Amino acid sequence: MDDIEKRLPRRDPLPAIGAQRRNLLGGLVGGTTTLIAGRTLAADLHNFPPLPSWSQQLGRPVATNPYGKPSPFEANIIRRLSPGLTTTRESTIAFTPLQNLFGTITPNGLHFERSHGGLPEVDPYQHRLILHGLVKNPKIYTMEDLLRFPAVSRVHFLECGANTGMEWNNVAVPTVQFTHGMLSCAEYTGVLLSTLLEDVGFDRKAAKFVLAEGADAAGLTRTIPLEFALNDAMIVYGQNGEMLRPENGYPVRLFVPGVQGVSSVKWLRRLELGDQPWHTREETMHYADLMPDGKSQQFTWIQEAKSVITSPSGGQRLLDKRGYYQITGLAWSGRGRIKRVDVSTDGGRSWHPAQLQEPITSKALTRFRTDWVWDGVPALLQSRCIDDTGYVQPKLRQLREGRGTRSIYHNNAIQTWRIATDGGVHNVQV
Amino acid sequence: MCKYKCAVLVLLGLALCRTALAAPWQSLGRPATPAEIARWNIDVRPDGMGLPQGQGSVAQGQEIYDSQCASCHGSFGESNEYMALSGGIGSLASASPQRTVGSRLNYATTLWDYINRAMPFQYSKSLTADQVYAVTAYVLHLNDIVTADAVLDPESLARIEMPNRDGFTTAHGFSSLDGKADVENTACLEACETQVALTSELPPEFTAQIYGDIREHFRGLASMNHERSEPLVVTTKGTNSDVTTLLNANGCMACHGIDNAGVGPAFNEVAARYAGDKAAAELLKLKLKQGGAGSWGSVSMPPQSRITDADAATIVDWIVSGMEEN
Repeated sequence: MDDIEKRLPRRDPLPAIGAQRRNLLGGLVGGTTTLIAGRTLAADLHNFPPLPSWSQQLGRPVATNPYGKPSPFEANIIRRLSPGLTTTRESTIAFTPLQNLFGTITPNGLHFERSHGGLPEVDPYQHRLILHGLVKNPKIYTMEDLLRFPAVSRVHFLECGANTGMEWNNVAVPTVQFTHGMLSCAEYTGVLLSTLLEDVGFDRKAAKFVLAEGADAAGLTRTIPLEFALNDAMIVYGQNGEMLRPENGYPVRLFVPGVQGVSSVKWLRRLELGDQPWHTREETMHYADLMPDGKSQQFTWIQEAKSVITSPSGGQRLLDKRGYYQITGLAWSGRGRIKRVDVSTDGGRSWHPAQLQEPITSKALTRFRTDWVWDGVPALLQSRCIDDTGYVQPKLRQLREGRGTRSIYHNNAIQTWRIATDGGVHNVQV
Repeated sequence: MCKYKCAVLVLLGLALCRTALAAPWQSLGRPATPAEIARWNIDVRPDGMGLPQGQGSVAQGQEIYDSQCASCHGSFGESNEYMALSGGIGSLASASPQRTVGSRLNYATTLWDYINRAMPFQYSKSLTADQVYAVTAYVLHLNDIVTADAVLDPESLARIEMPNRDGFTTAHGFSSLDGKADVENTACLEACETQVALTSELPPEFTAQIYGDIREHFRGLASMNHERSEPLVVTTKGTNSDVTTLLNANGCMACHGIDNAGVGPAFNEVAARYAGDKAAAELLKLKLKQGGAGSWGSVSMPPQSRITDADAATIVDWIVSGMEEN
């Protein structure tokens, strides 16, 4: 960090109003700030002598970082743990900083991370995947085998079933990173699971379910219905153009599009076909949705349509007390494409459709944007999506009426951000 | 005649089709032998499929549990620090549902399968089949599901009726590709909500207390952020990388944080107590290997017999040195 401190302090280009405010702060930017016809232009001065150091010194050699990394000024754009959520660092989750991301693709280093028994370092040369059970020809594949199969690349979101689970009862966390950050989207590359199931000659009559098992210490196991396995599930080794990161399942994982993340078993070592579900720990003790009558909805695979405004969002502050802000966010559905996203700035009294960024693809994040001129009075921002099945994202009140507040999973409620008169943005529920 | 000829032609056609359709990549991978499948296949199903031969008693289970499980789950499975194993039966419909082995699981086979594949947390898959039967029996006994003299084997385990046997339902829209949602909203555009009232918000100061300066979670560039007039300086606290690797590899961090106490004390608390104390170093090495109790509260530390003497010495020397960085 030494070199950063040696550099000139950063001076942001300032809008007119901000410039005056900053000028009032005087000492913070000191003598380099100048008023020119009511606009300042501390940063603009860098375009004239004295030049900033980076314009005068020879930069570092090309490929100083053979594997590139973000600017040191971006060092705070990171995955974070939610304090107090879990007892161990081995069985926990790190959240994607949605508030800082553009577009729809999550950079690999920021993809949310969930492990149940720590992060294994799997040697791809020793790793094997076995397919057996109700199949004609049980087989063992090496990674070389898997990489030779006909591949497909598809952009999909991945969302933990417990995303937004902390907020069923009341507001619990301050930012969109913690309310919605068990969510990422990437271009995944691999083999369709159906290709491998054909390869081992699965029993079309008797086989109804697939058990997927990880090679990690937790040996995480989940039952996948054959309907999903044959539809669009993949055996994935590539993510955004490179091999999976260790924390996302290197060298190979299952990926079940549109289905709660725990089913996309990482560090995949075994697939078994069977005629009944296994009722593993992660589909009975956990990842089953407890209803008010004490019964649990089990095998709740699908992630229903959901959206959230990522900016402005909780923890931010609108510096200009009034003026233009673009409202932007993400929408997704485990059942297909996003058809429409509506935005409200008055807590749901009225709504208007936002623009959707193309391409809009099935079971992938869709970026929405809409213009907003804030008049300085308190506002309640919400987004509500509709998918191509016609399903409309529900209100929290409706979800609670149907499912109570103890179910943990599948909270896809409309999120509300309150804008206070001081520009502060707060996580609230209405 | 035609009947016969046609049938032959059809069969011939099918055979040709089959050859033509066989995937050209079918040579990839190799057959898995029955012996290999038997070694790889560790799962257990509710009907008992997959349970290996073996047996274990409640009494045998208690011995294993007390030395390898109680430090996280409590002497009677009651500790909620990691996951409570006992209690809560009948609580799932209440305002404070307790999710435990006794209250939530619908099949006892799930408990056997999970202990076998994932427990103890630091040394998963280290128990023999007999030991897994024994610990399963003991945890079920803590829930009053089996008697104190119970001995479990494949047949008796699969026969156990769990209290929450009928506590799950698949009658919902999440379980199929075209399932119907149980909660619906409408796409109203005008005059939708007549009354909007805030029902929940974080208390003032909460965010700062729990998360520190939340401005650090945002990029400084952009007019929709907190003002930050200085470049962000991120300080990373140096730690001894060799020791960190050892702490992680041996699962120490599951119970002890560097600066934060977990079930056990934080390393900096131990260092503060013993820094510079050469005699303490020998004692700590012994405690690390053989386990200890009483120095830091009621939770005992299980023996860490798998750590080599050299690694134990590296860790202890680091603590006694006052956690020096390298």
